[in-house]
Amino acid sequence: MRLAPANGLVARGLVVLLMIVTILPFLSMFSAALAPQGTYPNGLQWPADPQWGNFVRAFEVARMDQLLLSSTLIVLGVVPVSVLIATMAGYGLAKLTTDRYRWLYLVFVFGLTLPFEAVITPLYYEVRAMGLLNTRFAIILPLIGLYMPFGVYWMRAHFLNVPHDLSEAAQLDGATRWTEFWLVQVPLARPAIMSLTILLFLWTWNQFLLPVVLVQDPMQRTMAGALGAFQGQWGTDIPLLCAGALLILSPTIVIFLIFQRQFVAALMQGAVKG
Amino acid sequence: MTSTPAAQRQAKQLSPRGASNKGKLAAWLFIAPAALAYTAFVLVPLAMSFYYSFLRWDGIGEARFHGLTNYVTVLTDPKLLQIIGNAFQLVGYFTVIPVALGLAVASVIRGHMAGAFGTVTRTVLFLPQVIPLVAAGIAWSWMFASTGVVNQGLRAIGMSEWARGWLGDFVWALPAVGLIGAWVLLGLCTMLLVTGITKIDPSLYEAARLDGANPWHEFRYITLPGLRQELGVCVTLTVISALASFDIVYISTLGGPGISTTVPGLEIYRLAFAHRQVGLASALAIVLMVLVLISIAPIQWLSREKK
Repeated sequence: MRLAPANGLVARGLVVLLMIVTILPFLSMFSAALAPQGTYPNGLQWPADPQWGNFVRAFEVARMDQLLLSSTLIVLGVVPVSVLIATMAGYGLAKLTTDRYRWLYLVFVFGLTLPFEAVITPLYYEVRAMGLLNTRFAIILPLIGLYMPFGVYWMRAHFLNVPHDLSEAAQLDGATRWTEFWLVQVPLARPAIMSLTILLFLWTWNQFLLPVVLVQDPMQRTMAGALGAFQGQWGTDIPLLCAGALLILSPTIVIFLIFQRQFVAALMQGAVKG
Repeated sequence: MTSTPAAQRQAKQLSPRGASNKGKLAAWLFIAPAALAYTAFVLVPLAMSFYYSFLRWDGIGEARFHGLTNYVTVLTDPKLLQIIGNAFQLVGYFTVIPVALGLAVASVIRGHMAGAFGTVTRTVLFLPQVIPLVAAGIAWSWMFASTGVVNQGLRAIGMSEWARGWLGDFVWALPAVGLIGAWVLLGLCTMLLVTGITKIDPSLYEAARLDGANPWHEFRYITLPGLRQELGVCVTLTVISALASFDIVYISTLGGPGISTTVPGLEIYRLAFAHRQVGLASALAIVLMVLVLISIAPIQWLSREKK
């Protein structure tokens, strides 16, 4: 850094201020979560008698263990399949780059800006017709489809940058497209696949609209959907609500802190490309 | 792909012609599963939305063809117009605050945030991006509550007459919801712009200073154009999340008081599933989709130009 020290100080001050603003809502939830049950806590203050038991009660009331299981099942249903078929399609589309096939790519990319609300009503009737309403598949299957624009766009961008010779060499060695894909392309695409996996994991875990519309039972929902139900039920008991919200948040935050570098990189690249 | 050697480029040009039909067939087979999922759960529902938008249908009984009436309603009904207007007001908060603050921070820092300080900053500023929007809604509902931190702060600086239940106030609920969105997007925009600014050649600033440019000139003629792409990304992302917002509003206000914070996403949900006006809900859904596209197009065009 070659800035004047004064400038650096101002910069740091600004950044610290931003960090405080970012953390404040978490702190305020935390202080409320420790207030006595059923009371109406007052702003941000360390409670005289911190009620750590609120977290235990929220864990039981929210049935956190089942929620974790449900969210994990949904993520396992969505992310591996989405990443696989998006990677395959990205590879396929990178081979069809002539103008004749441009439309195909454009059709996929068109979905990038599509608000989920634009398709949620028909999705409800479609999922109902399939007999999947109120099951985890009501969330899993539509999400796979809804992730395709980004996934395909992302992987195609990667495969376009892979030198063509590599593919030709594999072909000359007698590899079929299928073996070339698995033995040559996928290992090279690992960073792109990793980022895509992180992003899809986050988006699935945090998905709210689909669970709210398509699944009544909070125990079959994602974490975010269950949190919505939890708020509906316990919205007036601020300490319990805050304790529950913090608990429901904690798995993502822990995973984020462990893979901080990868998450930040994925989110930044995801933004730039998307 | 600026560094592609000539040989590779040649191979690239030759290969589509060189590729046999078998190669093309293989490509299609690779695309097929994704295309199937995309068709089944995006394209077909979208077509159905479009079809429903011409119907008068309660979702159960018989549907009747309703012509363009639903669209006329969406574009003339004062309530629905206010709801669409609310979404555009949210753009003011979701977009302007993160981009302006992000720009300010980036142009002051103008360098890598290396070391432990950088890591801590990145981690903290990305927290709102990692948590569900629902959680942000709950946290901020509590911040804005009558005994919440915002009012506590106002009382502490002697502005207690300003204290109120922000999210229940007809005038202040929408700005309050807007601030929640700004909080969520602030870190991402800041980090994107801070990273973007490190890619600007420092010698440009040195040259400008030798030419006697003041800080405003540097910002206007070097920083802003240099960040064109990142700004485009920030504005695009934030505009989409404002226009298509749902989670935050659903959790913090449910659209109230009255319809002062109702946004199209919430109204679609309500019309389709509470009021059983599937046709009208679908027309609003199509209008929302078009509004997003129309708002994004000029941003994309502006940020790509001169590249």
